Amino acid sequence: MTVSGEHAPRILGSLQRAWHSDVGHSFRQSPLAMASALVAALLVLMAVFSPWIAPHNPYDLASINLLDARLPPAWVAEGQAKFLLGTDDQGRDILSTIMHGSRLSLTVAFLAVVFSVAIGVSMGLLSGYIGGWFDALIMRIVDVQLSFPAILVALLISGVAQALLKGTQIASTATWVSVAIIVFAIGITDWVIYARTVRGSTLVERNKEYVQAARVIGVPSIKIAFTHVLPNVLGPVLVIATIRLGLAIITEATLSFLGVGLPPTLPSLGTLIQDGQKVLLSGEWWISIFPGLALVLLVLSFNLLGDWLRDALNPKLR
Amino acid sequence: MNLPFKKLSLGVALAAAFAISAAPVFAKTIKVGNQGDITMMDPHSLNESLQLSMLSNVYEGLVVYNKETGVAPGLATEWKQTAPTVWRFNLRKGVTFHDGTPFTADDVLFSFARAKGEGSDLKSPVASVSEVKKIDDFTIDLVTSAPFPILPETLRTLSIMSKKWCETVGAQQPVDVRKGKENAATLKTNGTGPFMTKSRAPGVKTEFVINPKYWAPVEGNVTEIIFTPIGNDATRVAALLSGEIDIAEPVPLQDVPRVQSNANLKMLQAPELRTIFLGMDQKRDELLNSSVKGKNPFKDKRVRQAFYQAIDIEAIKTRLMRGAATPTGLMIAPAVKGNPGGAMNNRLAYDVDGAKKLLADAGYPQGFEIGMNCPNDRYVNDGEICQAVVGMLARVGVKVNLMAESKATYFPKILARNTSFYLLGWTPSTTDAHDPLTALMATPPADGKGGQGQFNLGSYSNPKLDELTLKIQSEVDQPKRNAMIAEAYKIHQDDIGHIPLHQQALSFGMKKNIDMHVLPVNYVPFKWTKVN
Repeated sequence: MTVSGEHAPRILGSLQRAWHSDVGHSFRQSPLAMASALVAALLVLMAVFSPWIAPHNPYDLASINLLDARLPPAWVAEGQAKFLLGTDDQGRDILSTIMHGSRLSLTVAFLAVVFSVAIGVSMGLLSGYIGGWFDALIMRIVDVQLSFPAILVALLISGVAQALLKGTQIASTATWVSVAIIVFAIGITDWVIYARTVRGSTLVERNKEYVQAARVIGVPSIKIAFTHVLPNVLGPVLVIATIRLGLAIITEATLSFLGVGLPPTLPSLGTLIQDGQKVLLSGEWWISIFPGLALVLLVLSFNLLGDWLRDALNPKLR
Repeated sequence: MNLPFKKLSLGVALAAAFAISAAPVFAKTIKVGNQGDITMMDPHSLNESLQLSMLSNVYEGLVVYNKETGVAPGLATEWKQTAPTVWRFNLRKGVTFHDGTPFTADDVLFSFARAKGEGSDLKSPVASVSEVKKIDDFTIDLVTSAPFPILPETLRTLSIMSKKWCETVGAQQPVDVRKGKENAATLKTNGTGPFMTKSRAPGVKTEFVINPKYWAPVEGNVTEIIFTPIGNDATRVAALLSGEIDIAEPVPLQDVPRVQSNANLKMLQAPELRTIFLGMDQKRDELLNSSVKGKNPFKDKRVRQAFYQAIDIEAIKTRLMRGAATPTGLMIAPAVKGNPGGAMNNRLAYDVDGAKKLLADAGYPQGFEIGMNCPNDRYVNDGEICQAVVGMLARVGVKVNLMAESKATYFPKILARNTSFYLLGWTPSTTDAHDPLTALMATPPADGKGGQGQFNLGSYSNPKLDELTLKIQSEVDQPKRNAMIAEAYKIHQDDIGHIPLHQQALSFGMKKNIDMHVLPVNYVPFKWTKVN
């Protein structure tokens, strides 16, 4: 209590400062940004707290009952109040599965973005700062990778890794292996975008006076790159990361939809949509429509936030 | 100098092309959309219904199916037993393969040797034949190791290939799906059947055209078949509803009412002889992908019984199969010859507490973890059934890591026995109870040779059943034979060698003007199909 008591004013203070900053001002001026932030926050909270607030636990296979399979939403005839948005073909509650599924999707997307930012920013920074053959090598790798559609690269990595690793695992670790594979697949696909951007900014920054001053007083190159240049190139990274978070969710959903993502017993939004699309036209629309809506909301809110952030951080638009 | 000639030949070619496209005014093309593709065009490469069914339009055996799923003359005109273990087959004269090569006894000798040899998946139909003797060009003797009264029934799935063609194109050995060995027979065919392969694009489209030189009049009027795999259920149904394809197989259960209510379409639903079951590895000392180390829990009957009784087959039937399944306690459908009938077809009761207790008694009060292999595009709702089984086993404490995949990767994996727990379906192609005994339940020999137990992928083994299987094979007296079949199935049932689940139903959707005959072994001979 005492610790948080001491920290609380400071956190509040920085929040207050952020609220009154230029960016905060732009946020207050944009209803779209506020709305999407609200939706994103609600969805993230729902996802984070799903184990406590979801009415059922769809990942606990022992708790689902096949006899509850394919029940329509509660307001349709034959629907049950117990399952507000209906159930899927295995008897899982759709609402709970959406909540748990978006938790999984968000976790995968977040980890993938962190992973790709870490690699992409370091590579871009070193590439731009060191230059020479290292720069050439990294940028040619980036060129090659950018010439393939990202989903193909992710599909290839995920497919090959699954084929190699799946089946050698037992149930309790297999889940985490699948998650790790998909995080790796998305992360390794996305790092090039950060690398390219950061390299560009670094090329600009490294000729500025503060960098030269640091160099003159003998600060090692690596230290200059990471402590002096890095903070000044992070703005665009933040914007890209927000937008890529939405795209990472889509990529995960796509991979799961195509069957090389998360296992069927661990449904994410993509697997749910895939399960449901088979019966979409057969009258059982709720299995894929609701997860689809959740996916659209999630991605849209993050993309709108990213767009707003890009405008807010762009000095030319201020 | 060259130019006029080129022009001329082009003109001729064009004229010919027009002639060809104009000629079949009465051409009846049917477009077939199926859940999966023919895996290989080699008739000895995979013992799977779809494969055998489609290729039976191109290749033929000495005997073939008749409309009542009985035995009809094929490349042999007649046969008789000259001794208890010797069968004389008179071969049909004047038959040519699609490439024009005349069919003779040498082709039969070659095909039997090919089906017995390395890489063949059709060892079981020839397992009982110890020797093939050529008497003259159109007479052969088949010698069985013991008297084998149902020899003609077993030969219906064994296609005869041209010796000369196989040697010319380098297809002397069957395409080996396990080892990924391919040859010319992967894509090309040369049979004697009523249809010839016109083009083959794996996974995309396979076209067949009528064989104008077929040795018998063809009852149906189909002249061209365009076979397209459409894996996605919704897409396949949409293609049928929009008229893009004429026949869809299977129509997923959720879409049956939609097809029935369409004015231009009809459904053909019939019980199928196929039994869907779960297999368990009872040979390895330690299971693949399991948390139990140093021993194999499936060697304990109590564990197998716990798995069996944990499965709520009624829920699978009503919810997943929408009623279109017949739960079974036996590895054969009621219509299979020799089925003992009565109470033996009933399943052990669904009993979660009993299953838990059995597991506890076997030393797994907390359950254990295990991997499961499952196809997701082979049988009706196969992937969903496996998922449901995973959920049901979770309720008795067994955690299952499900690997559901396409049959293209699934079959090579499980046929190589890289599995501890799997789902499979089996149709006795002989329509006789003896076939599952040899193929699925008899102990596979240590060297893996011969047809015995070739699909007993969990290596279930009981010497008494092996002994009975051999006796049944050569028993001529029908009541005695049936009694032994009942005894053998009882042994397997008491041992819980496999976990039988149900028989699914055939589910064909087609245009109303199509008249087709489908055999309960899921064979579609297009020579009987009529477009009105």
